[in-house]
Amino acid sequence: MGRFLLKRLGLALLTLTLVSIILFAVAQVLPGDVGRAILGPYAAEEQVVALDHQLGVDRPLLIRYWDWISGFVVGDWGTSYLLDVPVASITLERLRNSVILGGFALCLIVPISILFGVLAALNYRRWFDRIMAVIALSLIALPEFVSGVIVLVIFAVKLGWLPVAAHLPSADPLDWFRQLLLPSIPLMFVLFGYISRMARAGTVDSLRSNYVRTAILKGLPRWTVIRRHVLRNSLLPTITVISVQTGYLVGGLVVTETLFNYPGIGKLIFDSAIGHDLPVLQATVLLIALLYMVLTLAADVVYTVLNPRIRLSSRS
Amino acid sequence: MSGAATDLALEVDGLIISYRRRGQTLRVVSDVSLEIRRGEAYGLVGESGCGKTTVAMAIMRYLPENAVVEAGRIVFAQSEDLLRASPAKLRALRGDRMAMVYQDPGSALNPSLTVGRQVAEVYEYHRGLSRRDAREAAQKMLRQVQISDPDRVVRRYPHELSGGQQQRIMFAMALATDPDLLVLDEPTTGLDATVEAEVLDLVAQLRAEFKTAILFISHNLGIVARLCERVGVLYAGRLIEEGPAQELFADPRHPYTLALLRCVPRLGMRKDSHRLDPIPGSLPPLGTAAINACVYAPRCPLARERCRAEPPPPYAVAAQRSTRCFFHEEVPAIAPSDRGAAQAVEANQPVLLEIEHLVKTYRSTGTAATVVADVSFAVRRGEVLGLVGESGSGKSSLAKCIVGLIEPTAGRIALDGATLSHAAAGRDPALRRELQMVFQNPDTALNPSHTVRHILGGAVRLLSGLREKAKVERRIAHLAASVRLRPQHLDLRPGALSGGLKQRVAIARAFAGAPRLVLCDEPTSALDVSVQAAILNLLAELQASQSVAYLFISHDLGVVRYLADRIAVMYLGEIVDIGPAASVFNPPHHPYTEALLSAMPAISEGERRARIKLHGTIPSPSNPPSGCRFHTRCPRYLGDICRDQVPPWQRDAAGHLYHCHIAPSDLARLQPAAGKQRTVEPRGAESKERS
Repeated sequence: MGRFLLKRLGLALLTLTLVSIILFAVAQVLPGDVGRAILGPYAAEEQVVALDHQLGVDRPLLIRYWDWISGFVVGDWGTSYLLDVPVASITLERLRNSVILGGFALCLIVPISILFGVLAALNYRRWFDRIMAVIALSLIALPEFVSGVIVLVIFAVKLGWLPVAAHLPSADPLDWFRQLLLPSIPLMFVLFGYISRMARAGTVDSLRSNYVRTAILKGLPRWTVIRRHVLRNSLLPTITVISVQTGYLVGGLVVTETLFNYPGIGKLIFDSAIGHDLPVLQATVLLIALLYMVLTLAADVVYTVLNPRIRLSSRS
Repeated sequence: MSGAATDLALEVDGLIISYRRRGQTLRVVSDVSLEIRRGEAYGLVGESGCGKTTVAMAIMRYLPENAVVEAGRIVFAQSEDLLRASPAKLRALRGDRMAMVYQDPGSALNPSLTVGRQVAEVYEYHRGLSRRDAREAAQKMLRQVQISDPDRVVRRYPHELSGGQQQRIMFAMALATDPDLLVLDEPTTGLDATVEAEVLDLVAQLRAEFKTAILFISHNLGIVARLCERVGVLYAGRLIEEGPAQELFADPRHPYTLALLRCVPRLGMRKDSHRLDPIPGSLPPLGTAAINACVYAPRCPLARERCRAEPPPPYAVAAQRSTRCFFHEEVPAIAPSDRGAAQAVEANQPVLLEIEHLVKTYRSTGTAATVVADVSFAVRRGEVLGLVGESGSGKSSLAKCIVGLIEPTAGRIALDGATLSHAAAGRDPALRRELQMVFQNPDTALNPSHTVRHILGGAVRLLSGLREKAKVERRIAHLAASVRLRPQHLDLRPGALSGGLKQRVAIARAFAGAPRLVLCDEPTSALDVSVQAAILNLLAELQASQSVAYLFISHDLGVVRYLADRIAVMYLGEIVDIGPAASVFNPPHHPYTEALLSAMPAISEGERRARIKLHGTIPSPSNPPSGCRFHTRCPRYLGDICRDQVPPWQRDAAGHLYHCHIAPSDLARLQPAAGKQRTVEPRGAESKERS
């Protein structure tokens, strides 16, 4: 187990380094002149040169990269061009807000998706299963910016049940739903499709297996068979899908936070990209990559703990 | 049939089951009736597709959703008609008063629960024990199924146990509540011969302890003969013959039973003296068996007008015996089909394949597993070398090294004196053509999206170098004819062929060039006995007509004994016993060979040997025992010498070599020739022997 973790950690570190190089290249090298990119095509040449110097982007690439990445590691992420505040504080604050929104969506949709996926499997090829298949696949096909606009128009504009713009919720649980439900619906739609389909597939396989036959022929009650013998095995692949989809959530956050004007990290990425706020952009993207690695690693660990075949073979 | 109806554990009466498939109703079980008394073991035999498992699953009320029970009753313990039992009643019966064990225990156990937990469950639900008490009861039960160290095993997960241990867990689970009826559906299929013998010993012993009635379903006549008091033979969904096991097998009264028995290679039968007698034709496809006629008529040598006009009723031919054949009196007189045996290959041919000090080691971080450890032998031209051993003995790795599918770590492989490079890619194409392989599972060895003609055409072009279309076609037709494929088979894809036909295609493919050595890796173990007989005949014929040599790998000693000229026995990567077929299987032999032979299920009592049990399972090749590799399990263990010193090669009078510290003269004293001289008169002559 320790060996396995160490190996995965090493791989994650390598991936992050590569991500940081690509990120740096895309942000700093590809636009050509950073000062020109910020100031626009009509700025005077002297202003551009002065800004380049002020930002330190007239120094050699390798030195700039090293400055940035070594700063990132020790927590010195620079200062935002636009907001003139330390990048670290604003990024982490926005990240927290996004975790609240994403976590809300996940906590709500994961149990629902699994429940419906398992129910579909238990009604394999009956009408419930078929309807669920149509719904899940339609929701996967519906992008967030479409579903987001639709729910926004219906529930906020026409019906007026929920606010158009989402704010950070207060401690009141009702306020959580009031503020977060609408922006999380587009996220949940996509997640629901993937997770429920995976839960269904795993459960169908498990129901057909010989060990479930053994359990039934032991005379166990149906619910015990499902709980103890089916679910434990059928949900293993679903865990992997959830972790991958959690990473995917970030893309959805950019759309939904922008749409609902929610102060999360997605909105921050969007704003800093529009406003050429390179230190913020680089820090947020790298932070998300880091988060993604941690999530994948966590999913692998959970999977390993739940699956005795992997757990024990790695122990020996 | 049965005497007093007072002690029946199970009564199946007039059972008719059909499957609905694409709007059609296919009848798979027609009017099956049988009775099992308390404490009795009833064997149900038949080839795949005859409806055995459907009957078993109907008894457990676990039929697939598209199955329809059209008629019949299944009365359990003289009270309950299972077909009308409520789900709650079924739950109460299953796992408590009736239980089932089936093949492939690896998949029958839940991979994410400890085995102790899975056994304990039965006690929790049927006996209402607390978790703790149930766990203790489970431990006790594990001891009863002879699992050593049950306190530790209860905490294990299924994948940490060997196949034999897994099946013991299944038995522990099934017998936990001392049920009235135990249904065993091929419980040893897929296990090694030695493990199979152990499991069967266990069943025999548990029968004495628990007064459970057993329905034993198997395609293996030897196992049923050994274990069951009464036997029913199923063919195309009908119970065509029934009676006491020994009588029925010694004196069959249905042409199908007789034919089935003649397909099995028996002691004393060799390819050069006896041809096996496969059943002509093939099993009717599912659901197409005639309902208003004898189902066996299309393949029966006795069939007349009457057989095709009405179904035969059961005739009582002796006490407790019945057969559904109008002409059952003529059955003992059915002559074997008169076809000459394959010609023996002349002895003292030059050496074709030479293996010297072959080693294959798999390395991964920190460990090295030597699966082939310093193996040397030779195969002569036109000779069949049988290679036997348990799984894990290195047989398949050795074969793969020879054809170049995997690269050996060290050693020399020479064909006709020319050393072959280790990797197939580095070999001369001409030499590669001379070495071909036939695999165990033709389903996975043939491309399912190509027609047979395409598969054979590709092989012909590649292996015989023919290019011209007409010549290739001629060669395909010739090949198909030599493996007895009909021309219409050529345009089918493998999926449309039966298992036997698919294996014929695979054999034809191997013979597309002019191979000199064909490696057969368990080529008949996935096939039914009647199909196996035809394939073995075919292999013997091809060997004689094309003077090709085989390295024939099989776990079925009966098959190897029939086909092989010489036999090599492998254990843990080493050859421990090698010599002429007749002498390797006659004492004295290596203690391992002795144990393998004793594990072999034989149909008639005369062939049976005293069981010699091996301790434990085959050790890991990454940490083989010191001295003699077999010493940890050897029934003839001498002491320190076996543990400390590598044994020498001993040569006996018949010219066979074995790797052991015990000298031939001492071994001969230890191993009385149990039953071996009593050669069985083949081909229906047993009936005379009986009367």
